[in-house]
Amino acid sequence: MKWDVRLPIGLMFSIFGAMLTCYGLASDRAIYDRSLGIDVNLWWGLVVLAFGLVMLGFALRAKRPAP
Amino acid sequence: MQHIQLGAIDYTILIVYFAFVLGIGWVLRRSVKSSEDFFLSGRSIPAWIAGLAFLSANLGAQEVIGMGASGAKYGMMTSHFYWLGAIPAMVFVGIFMMPFYYGSRARSVPEYLKLRFDEKTRGFNAVSFAVMTVFSSGISMYALAKLLELLLGWSFHTSVALSAVVVLAYIFLGGLTSAIYNEVLQFFLIVLGFLPLVLLGLKDVGGWAGLTAKLQTVATNAGFAPGAWSASWRHLNAASANPMGVEWFGLVMGLGFVLSFGYWCTDFLVVQRAMAADSMTAARRTPLLAAFPKMLFPALVILPGMIAIALHVTRGGLLPIGSDGVPNYNLAVPVMLAHYLPSGLLGLGLTALMASFMSGMAGNVTAFNTVWTYDIYQSYIRPGRSDGHYLRMGHAATVFGILLSVAAAYATTRFNNIMDMLQLVFAFVNAPLFATFLLGMFWRRTTGHGAFFGLLIGTAAAAIHHGLVLPYGAVPGLKGGFLGTVLHTYSSEMAQNFWTAIFAWTACFVATILISLLTRRNKSDDDLKGLVYALTPRLTDHDLPWYKRPATLGAVVLGLTLVLNVIFW
Repeated sequence: MKWDVRLPIGLMFSIFGAMLTCYGLASDRAIYDRSLGIDVNLWWGLVVLAFGLVMLGFALRAKRPAP
Repeated sequence: MQHIQLGAIDYTILIVYFAFVLGIGWVLRRSVKSSEDFFLSGRSIPAWIAGLAFLSANLGAQEVIGMGASGAKYGMMTSHFYWLGAIPAMVFVGIFMMPFYYGSRARSVPEYLKLRFDEKTRGFNAVSFAVMTVFSSGISMYALAKLLELLLGWSFHTSVALSAVVVLAYIFLGGLTSAIYNEVLQFFLIVLGFLPLVLLGLKDVGGWAGLTAKLQTVATNAGFAPGAWSASWRHLNAASANPMGVEWFGLVMGLGFVLSFGYWCTDFLVVQRAMAADSMTAARRTPLLAAFPKMLFPALVILPGMIAIALHVTRGGLLPIGSDGVPNYNLAVPVMLAHYLPSGLLGLGLTALMASFMSGMAGNVTAFNTVWTYDIYQSYIRPGRSDGHYLRMGHAATVFGILLSVAAAYATTRFNNIMDMLQLVFAFVNAPLFATFLLGMFWRRTTGHGAFFGLLIGTAAAAIHHGLVLPYGAVPGLKGGFLGTVLHTYSSEMAQNFWTAIFAWTACFVATILISLLTRRNKSDDDLKGLVYALTPRLTDHDLPWYKRPATLGAVVLGLTLVLNVIFW
C-alpha cells in the first residue's frame, strides 16, 4: 500500500476547519445576515475540523505496524 | 449580474486546496514506475477509494451545475437520474460486468472489445471515445471559465490556464493514482462545501414541508398539478402532465435502461476506476460502494435547484432572467452559493465548485491518455515497444490531451454549434453500445462482424430517428428534423433524447443478433473463457463476510433505492 490518502484529506480539512472556526470567532456578525443570522463559519468550521481530525486519526492509526 | 466579492480567507482556502492537489501529485510521482502504474494505478487501489473516485470522476460540471439546473426546471423528477438511472446500472456493472472487465485483465474498455470481438470494433470504440473525452474535458473547462467570469469577474484566459495547468501537473506527476486520490479529496470537499448551503436553504424555506408548499405555487404557475415539482413518479401517466415532458415508458426504457446502463457499464471514464482496484472483489464492490453516497446525492445537487426555484417564484427575482424571458437555470447553484454563504464558507463552496469541474476534467484526461496509448498508439502506430516507451507516451498524451481540451474550450467560445453537434454525434455513437456489451457478455454466438455492423446500424438508427422528429417548439436543425420531414413531435427535448436512445439500442440489438447468425464465429469457446458469462467459472464469495459480498451489497442498494422511490413517489 502506498501512503494513505486519508492523511492529506485529514490535513487539508483540519486546516480548513481551523481557519473557518477562527474566522467565525473573529468576524463581524453583520456578514451573517445572509446566512439567516447563524455564524455558519464557526459551526460548520467545527464540523469540518472534526471530520479532518477523524480522518487524520484513521490515517495515523493505520500507519502503526500491525502487531 | 453583480460580481461576488471574495475576501482574503476565501482566496486562502482556494490556495490551500491547490497546494494539496499539487502536493498529492508531487508525493505520488515516485510510485509511477511502469505504464500499468501510470494508467491503472498498478491495480492497487482499495475498494472504498476506487468507489469514491468512481463517483467523483463523474461528478463534473454536468452533475453539480446541471442537476441543480434540472432540479429548478423539473423539480423532484430529476431524482430519476439517480434512483431509476444511475443506481440500478451501478449495481449491474458491479455484479454482472466487472467479472469480465477485471477478470479478462483488459486494460481498457476498447481492449475488452478487442478480446471479445475483433480489431475493428475496438478501433471504432477507441477513436470515438478518445475524441469524445477530449471534447468533454474542453467543455468542462469552458463551462468553468465562463462561470468564474460571470461570478467573480475573472478573465476567461486566466481560468482556462489555471485549470489546465493544475490538472496537467497532478496527472503528469502521479498518473491515475494521483487523479484517483484527488478525486477522493474532491468528493469530500464537494460534500462539505455544499451541505451547509442545502441546510441553510432548507431552513429558510421551512424544511421539506415548506419547500413542497412553495413548489405548489411554482407548479400551478407553470400550469401543472400542484405536486408536479415535488413528486417523482405521480405525474408520469402523460407527457403533458409533468415539466420534463416524458411519460413513464420513455423514461424507464430510455433513461433507466439504455442511457444509464450505457453510461455506467461501458464508459471507460468510470470503469477505469474500478479496473484500478486491488482485487476482483474490490473491483466488484467499487460501483456498489459508490452507490451508497450516490443514492443521497439528490439532496446535495438537486435540492439546491428546487430551493432556488421555490424562492425565485415566491419571493421574486432570485435567478437572473435570460434574453428569452426564462430564468437562467444553470445559475441556480452558483446564485444560491452567493445568496446564503458569507465570506469563509463562500470560499469553501467555490473551491468545491472548482473541484467538481477539475475532477470531471481529470477523469476525462486519464481515460483519454490510457485509450490513446494502449488502444491507438500501441495497437496501430507503434506496437511492440518497451514499457518505458509507452509510459513516456502516456506522459506526452497527458500534455497533448490537455492542449486539445484547451483548444476545444476556445473552439466552443467561437462556434457554440460545433460543440452541440459533436455532443449529438457522440450521443448517437453511445446509445447503442450497451446492446453490444449485453450481447457480447451473455451470448457467445455474437460475432465480431455482428458487433461492429450492429453498432454502425444502431448509430445510424439514432441519427435517422433524430432527423425525423422534433421537440415541441423547436425549428429543424441541430434539435432534430434535419432529414426534411418531421414524423413526430415530442413534448420535450428530454423525451426526444430518451426515444432516440431506445430506437438506437433496439436497432443495434436486433441487427447484431441477425448479423451474428449470418456470419461465422471468429472466436472459439476457448478464446472466450473469462469474457462471456456462460464460459466463465462462477465466482464464489462464501469466504467473505456477508457485508462484503457483492450480491448482498447489491440487494441492499436496490432495496434502499426502492424505499427512496416510494417515499418521494
